[in-house]
Amino acid sequence: MLAAIAFYVLAAVAVISAFAVIAARNPVHSVLFLILTFFTAAGLFVLMGAEFLAMLLVVVYVGAVAVLFLFVVMMLDVDFVELKQGFLQYLPAGALIALALLGELGLVAGAAMQAQHHAPIALGEGQGAITNAEAIGQVLYTQYLLVFQLAGLVLFVAMIGAIVLTLRRRPGVKKQDIAAQVGRKRSEGVELKDVRPGQGLG
Amino acid sequence: MEIGLVHYLFVAAALFTIGCFGIFANAKNVIIILMSIELILLAVNVNLVAFSSFLGNIEGQIFAMMVLTVAAAEAAVGLAILVTYFRNRGNIAVEDINQMRG
Repeated sequence: MLAAIAFYVLAAVAVISAFAVIAARNPVHSVLFLILTFFTAAGLFVLMGAEFLAMLLVVVYVGAVAVLFLFVVMMLDVDFVELKQGFLQYLPAGALIALALLGELGLVAGAAMQAQHHAPIALGEGQGAITNAEAIGQVLYTQYLLVFQLAGLVLFVAMIGAIVLTLRRRPGVKKQDIAAQVGRKRSEGVELKDVRPGQGLG
Repeated sequence: MEIGLVHYLFVAAALFTIGCFGIFANAKNVIIILMSIELILLAVNVNLVAFSSFLGNIEGQIFAMMVLTVAAAEAAVGLAILVTYFRNRGNIAVEDINQMRG
């Protein structure tokens, strides 16, 4: 009973805040609603018995991705009101596609409800009393080791890509170049002038 | 009041639809489009975890972790491209992004 109430509250908050993400006028509010959506989705994961992924969602999305979004939104000096102008222009097509999509997905889920008469098997019942993180760890580092390392490679490439894209060398900025400073020779730095007496440097 | 697989599928379907709708509704704002993609990936993750949980199979959660990884990488690279584009053009209107058109 309590689980059902928790599910309905979390589901309602998730859907409403997801809608607020795309409807908010201020992009900062959008990011904050995105964070709320991820938090409630993490709650749904906990209800499903996937605690490890729920914590991962909070750490990765709320801690990294959402803050990255917030950072970019605040860093870019963009007139967001102007960007909102075409809202009505694409609304009919978007609404049509969204309704078709929702209808199809609802149809599939409804058909699944018709077909599903047996009680759902909760995770953990069949595998003894091990925790969710333990169950993931047992297969992640053995059976799915290659996939795990490929995930690391993807993150590595993404990191290098993001750095290369945003690093820029601006001309005209004075920076200390220690190699050039140490490698300077006397002949480059000092110039001897033969000054005649009484005339000075012309 | 038993909460079954189908309940979670409906939530994921709603999130997915909102994400797709957001791409159309905010067709000018790249940041909101990127957030809509994050919503779509979240809906996929909810589906994967729901099936994993109700079929008693941990592999769905491994797959959801991979989706999470790719989503984080995609957000980082997408926002880096956005920052570079903003430096060059001074705005982020999507309809002006046609410089590479032949």
